[in-house]
Formats: sequence, C-alpha cells, structure tokens
Amino acid sequence: MNLFLVNFWAAVLALGLLLYVVLDGFDLGVGILFGFTRDEAARRRMLSAISPVWDGNETWLIIGGTVLWAAFPIAYALIVSAFYLPICLMLAALILRGVAFEFRQKAGARTRLVWDIGFVGGSVVAAFVQGVAVGALVRGLAVGSDGRFAGSGALDWVSPFALLCGVGLCLGDALLGASWLVLKSDGLPRERSYRAIPWLLAGVLIFLSFAFVVALRMDLQVMHRWIERPWLAAFPLIGLFAVIAIISGIRRRRDAWPFAGAAVIFLAAFATLAASFLPYIVPFSLTISQATAPPSSLAFIFWGGGIVVLPLTLIYTIAVYAIFKGKVSPSAEYH
Amino acid sequence: MSSDLLALLLSRIQFAFTVSFHIIFPAFTIGLAAWLAFLEALSLATGRPVYRRLFDFWLRIFAVAFGLGVVSGIVMAFEFGTNWSELSRRTGPVQGPLLLYETFTAFALEASFFGVLLFARARVPRWFYLFACVMVALGTTLSAFWIMINNSWMQAPTGTHLAADGTFVPDDWTAIIFSPVVWVRFPHMLFAAYVTTAFCVAATGAWYILQSRDRAEARTMMRMGLWIAAVMVPVQLLFGHLNGEYVVHRQPSKMAAIEARWHDEKPASEVLLAWPDVANRRNLFAITLPAPFGSLIDSDSLSAGEVGLDSIPPENWPPVVIPFFAFRIMVGCGLVMLFLAWVGSWLALDDRLETRRWLLWATFLSFPLGFIATLTGWFTAEVGRQPWAVYGVLRTAQATTPFLTPRDVALTLVVFGAIYALIFAAGILYIYRLLRQGPLPTLAQVPGTNPKRPLAAGGPDSPDTIALGSTHS
Repeated sequence: MNLFLVNFWAAVLALGLLLYVVLDGFDLGVGILFGFTRDEAARRRMLSAISPVWDGNETWLIIGGTVLWAAFPIAYALIVSAFYLPICLMLAALILRGVAFEFRQKAGARTRLVWDIGFVGGSVVAAFVQGVAVGALVRGLAVGSDGRFAGSGALDWVSPFALLCGVGLCLGDALLGASWLVLKSDGLPRERSYRAIPWLLAGVLIFLSFAFVVALRMDLQVMHRWIERPWLAAFPLIGLFAVIAIISGIRRRRDAWPFAGAAVIFLAAFATLAASFLPYIVPFSLTISQATAPPSSLAFIFWGGGIVVLPLTLIYTIAVYAIFKGKVSPSAEYH
Repeated sequence: MSSDLLALLLSRIQFAFTVSFHIIFPAFTIGLAAWLAFLEALSLATGRPVYRRLFDFWLRIFAVAFGLGVVSGIVMAFEFGTNWSELSRRTGPVQGPLLLYETFTAFALEASFFGVLLFARARVPRWFYLFACVMVALGTTLSAFWIMINNSWMQAPTGTHLAADGTFVPDDWTAIIFSPVVWVRFPHMLFAAYVTTAFCVAATGAWYILQSRDRAEARTMMRMGLWIAAVMVPVQLLFGHLNGEYVVHRQPSKMAAIEARWHDEKPASEVLLAWPDVANRRNLFAITLPAPFGSLIDSDSLSAGEVGLDSIPPENWPPVVIPFFAFRIMVGCGLVMLFLAWVGSWLALDDRLETRRWLLWATFLSFPLGFIATLTGWFTAEVGRQPWAVYGVLRTAQATTPFLTPRDVALTLVVFGAIYALIFAAGILYIYRLLRQGPLPTLAQVPGTNPKRPLAAGGPDSPDTIALGSTHS
C-alpha cells in the first residue's frame, strides 16, 4: 500500500507540475508578448484571451507546492530553501503580475503604465526564474548525506547553463502564448502571433538541442541512461512530430495546431527530463523514496485530498476551459 | 549580533510581516462570507429589496478582499520552505498534510462556488444561489479550520512522535484534529472574523447616516452590525478566557509573559498595566489588582498558584514586552467593541440610535478595532510561543534555513515590503471607492465579474458578464 501511495503522490506531483508549466506557461507567455505591442486595443484582446483562466492556472503551482511539502517534505525543504532568491523573486513577480492584471483597468492612463510594467516584468521574471530552477536542478544541487542542502549559499544555483534555461523557458512560454493567441483571437493579435511563432519555435528548438547536448556531456549518468535505453529517444521524436504539426498548422492556418504542437513539445521535454532522472527527485542525490513522508502522512492526504478533492479540481479545470472555449470575440473585450 | 542571529531576526520579521498582511484579508472575508450568506437567506425569507442591495454591495467588497487574500496567501505556501527549511523538513509530515487540506478545500469550495456567486445569479435557482453562498462561507471557515489545527499543533504538539532523524511522525490524526486546544482556538479565530466584519458593516452604516445618504441600507447595516456584535463579543471574550486556560496548562512561559508575572505567586495578583523591566525582572509604573485576582482570571480559582518567569530558565522566555502589550491592546479593543455594541443595541431598541451623533462617530471610527484585535491576538499567541517554533520541542533558532545570510533576507524583505505596500495601497483605495460609491439602486444588474478574476469585480465599469455571455463557442 505504501509503495502505491508513494507512486500515487509522485504521479500527482508530476501531473501538477506539468499542468502548471503548460497552463501558466501560455499565460506567462502572453504576458511576455504583451510587452511587444503598444496598441491598447491589441493589449486588451490579449488580456481577454487569458483573463478567465490565468489564476486557475496558477493554482497548480500552489497544488504542486503543497503536494511537494506534504508527500515529499525532505525534497520540499531542500529545493525551496536552496532556491531561496529565485523563489522569493518568482512569488514577488507573480503577485505583481496578478494584481497588475486586475488593477490596470481601474487605473488612469498614467498609473496604468505602472501596472503594465508590473504585468510584463512579472511575467518575464516568473518564466525566467522557473527555467533557471529547472536548469539548476538538472545541473544538480549540493546535497549532504542527511538530505539537507550542502551548498555554499543562496547563489549556488547561478550557472551559465541555468541562466540559459531561464532564457529558454521565456522563449518556450512565449511560443505557448503566441499559439494560444492564435487559437483564441482574431485579427491583428492572431496575425502577429502567426508571424512570431516560426521565430520563437526556432529559438526553442535551438535552445532544447543545445541544452540536451550540454546535459549529456555534463553528467555521465544521463549519458549512460540514454545509451542503455535507446527507446527513450521516442520522447524527443514525439517533440519533432509536434514541430512538424506547428509548421503545417502555420502554413494551412489551422488555429488549433500551433498550441497543440507547442503543448506536446513541452510534454516531450518534460518526459525527456523525467526519463533522464527518475527515480531521482533531485537529480542524482535524492530519490523519490528517500524524500517521502511517513506512511501515516501519505495515507491521511490520500483518502480526502487524493481521491476526492483532486478529481473534483481536475473536473473543475476542464469545465472552466469548456465554458470559455472558442475565440474571444472583439466585442467581448471585458475592459 | 552575529550574522546567523541577524539572518534569523530578518527571517522572523519577514514572516511576521507577510503573515500579518495576509491575515487581515481572511479575517475580513471569513466574516463577510457568513454575512453574505445571512443576507441572502434574509432576502429569500423576507423578500425585502434592502437585503438584496446590501448583498450586491458587500459582494463587490468581498471580491477585492478575497483577491488580496489569495495573492498574499501564495507567498505563505512557499515561505515555510524558503526561510524555515529545518521546520518544514522536520514538521513536514504533520504540517504539510494539514496545509494541503487547507489549499485543497479552499480551492474546491471557495473558488468554484465563488464563481456562482459572482456571475451565475441569473442562471441558477435561488435556493442554489443561497447554497453557493453557504458553500463559500463553509470554504473560508474550513480554510481557517485547517490553519488553526496546524497552528494549534505548533502551540501544543500532540498525536506525533519524534523519529530518530528529528522529524515529527504523525501517529494519530484524530488526536491532532480533535485536540482540545484546536476547539478553543478555532472558535476564537472564527468569532474574531465575525466581530471584525460586524464592526466594518456597522461602521459603514454609521458613516452613511452621518452623511445622510442611503438611509434604509445605512440603518440596516448599523443595526445588524451592532446587534450581531452585541451577541458575539461576549462569546468571543468567553473563548478568549478559555484560550487562557489552555495557555496556563500548556504554555506557562507565555502566560507569565502575558501577565508580566516575574515570581511564583499563590494566590496571584493581576497586573493591569505596567512597563515590564525585563533586565531587573520587575514592573515599573504598575497598576495592580491584589491577589487573588490573578488566580481568579488565569485559573478560575481563589487560591491557585501561578507560575512566574523566575521559575523558567531565561533562555526559554518569550520577549515579555510584546505579548504583554499585544494582549492588553487586544482586550482593550474587545472591551471598547463590547461597550459600543451594547450601548448601540440598547439605543436601537427604541429608535434613538440615529440621534446620538457621538455614537455614530464612535461606531464609524471603530472599523479598525476588529483588525487591530485580531492582529494583536496573533502577536500574543505567536510571539508568546517564542523561543519555540513547536512549543517545547523545536526552537525557532533551529527551525530556520541554516545557510541564509542577512544580505539574502534583507533583499527579499525589501522587495516584499515594497510590493505589499503598493498592492495594499491600491487595494484599500479600491475598497474605499466602492464604499464611497455605496449600494447601487438597480436590482436587475448582477454584479458582473469573472469567477477567476475576483479583483476585477465591482464598480459600474466592469461589464465582465457581457464578455462572458458573448464568448462564442
């Protein structure tokens, strides 16, 4: 039973993180792209495309955080403290972005600028910091034999590779954001997004292949895995099919294809990461089973949170997207 | 001060600052959610339009406060790990699951039914709308419930044992959830929220009466607010007293600090006001009730002995001055609220309320009292628990993230301080505008907003319902 519970909560954690990265990814991406237009009408339509769903998307971050703490407290204590500065920065960015989103419509022209800067800046910082955290994790944290952080301080996560991953996730989120705008809007924002997608896609692909090669060279353990299990190459291959889908979606102006393709690229990248590092929750220093809470904790959260509230939350998420499916019409600008 | 101690102090200041900022909003929304459910039930039962107008009015204010509570709550979910990695590592098996339930219930009940409240009035039967109001109130209450279980466990740990690696392992969740400490502290928090909201409602009513506007609504708000408070403040005082009983038994160092009692006394006297002189273990300028008043207040007894700080090693003392004054400010606010609520309710019985301008002004100016009492109550409980994070077992100094430097924490403290100041100012300005604008006369209009965008609710300039309705699929 306990092994089942450990696997269950590891799966929930993975699902929560994946949902967060893809869902909040596209609205962070729209926030990044928001900074590239000055046109107020276009800006409003961009906001309308994400306004019904953005904070539901962010909920998955909180769900991920609390599941990590409840089910894997040793990993939570290690990761969250080792990333002290990036996480505080991300929280500040998410607050600023969340309220900016809402307060800008109440503000006059001059104060609106403040909230807009907060919205764009908050989106960029949140995406960048999340990418940095992934990169730093891949590179490996200094972990003592007791499972505590054994690095030299709060700047241990800084490395060229981690910073590169920060830029990479900004590009990836912008790609998701542009694809979402293609899916949800008409007119100018849709056209502009169509034009931006090839560049963003090229940037993401260059980044991903570079990061993959660097990761293989950086750690022999990863290399061995890929040599031992060549079938793992299926994941990057799926990503490649998604790239083709995006390109042909652009050519044929199929509005749903770019987003589906971008989401699959994220899924493939996520699976590639997982395949490279499982069963480690912190690569090559802390395994999932080493990080787990005692059985009494896992069972307690399973019977209420796991099999009742979590399915309800998933259903609720699907329902919200179903209600808001289709394009946001120009007359539907809520501002 | 050593670098470690400075980092610890800054982490404590940062946690105190962010959690104090956060609690202001739940303290308000727990009460408001119950008040909204009450108004909707009254509206359904009596059919009087004034209840409906009041409901719509307070729903817009609820939405803003709820939004600020949500964004400031996200920080709390991670701050345990960022600044208190040893605490989250060692107590994670207990606190993690409790806070997971808090997050999950909050999301499941508040977020989903809140959507119904904000945009589905026209689309659901009235009984279902009332049901949604009750569910939102239940959601905010359950949030507070899980938080109070968690905090009560930190105050008086039970149902767990310490494993060899220093982690707390839960053995008996029933003991944790049904700890007697939970069941005096949870009602105390709940009534704090109700009383806080009741005074905000009464103060708004008094403000409108002073301005001679929105007569019917103003009258209803002031009366209902004061009547609710007249019943609840005494209940709250009783639960406060019951809290004192657990503190006497489980946390003698906190009790001695609250009472600035330096020596064991049997029976004990009661210091009403003083300046505690910690260095010399005595009180300056003390106004004291003679024995046995201290024993009577702390232990319901004429002869009980009460513990003084002398019998506790100084390294286990909390900082005496903060719990001592915070407690007195809390009780003082409570007594002022009791006076206003009883006098106001008495005058309202034969319709003399509106003619007493001093009472109108006093009630209007009383709106911060509930917030101040809630905050100082928490200061008493949390600072009084020091130097322990988990009382008697884990010291705060051992709970912190060991490698943080003062520079790291100072940096984040400045960033959080600046951002919270900005959003607090904007949020308060926005609530003030809604209050100044007052209840809207139209009944047909559902206060339009988007369920996922609580902060955008309110004001006649938010045609979000239109956006929703015309999103074609």
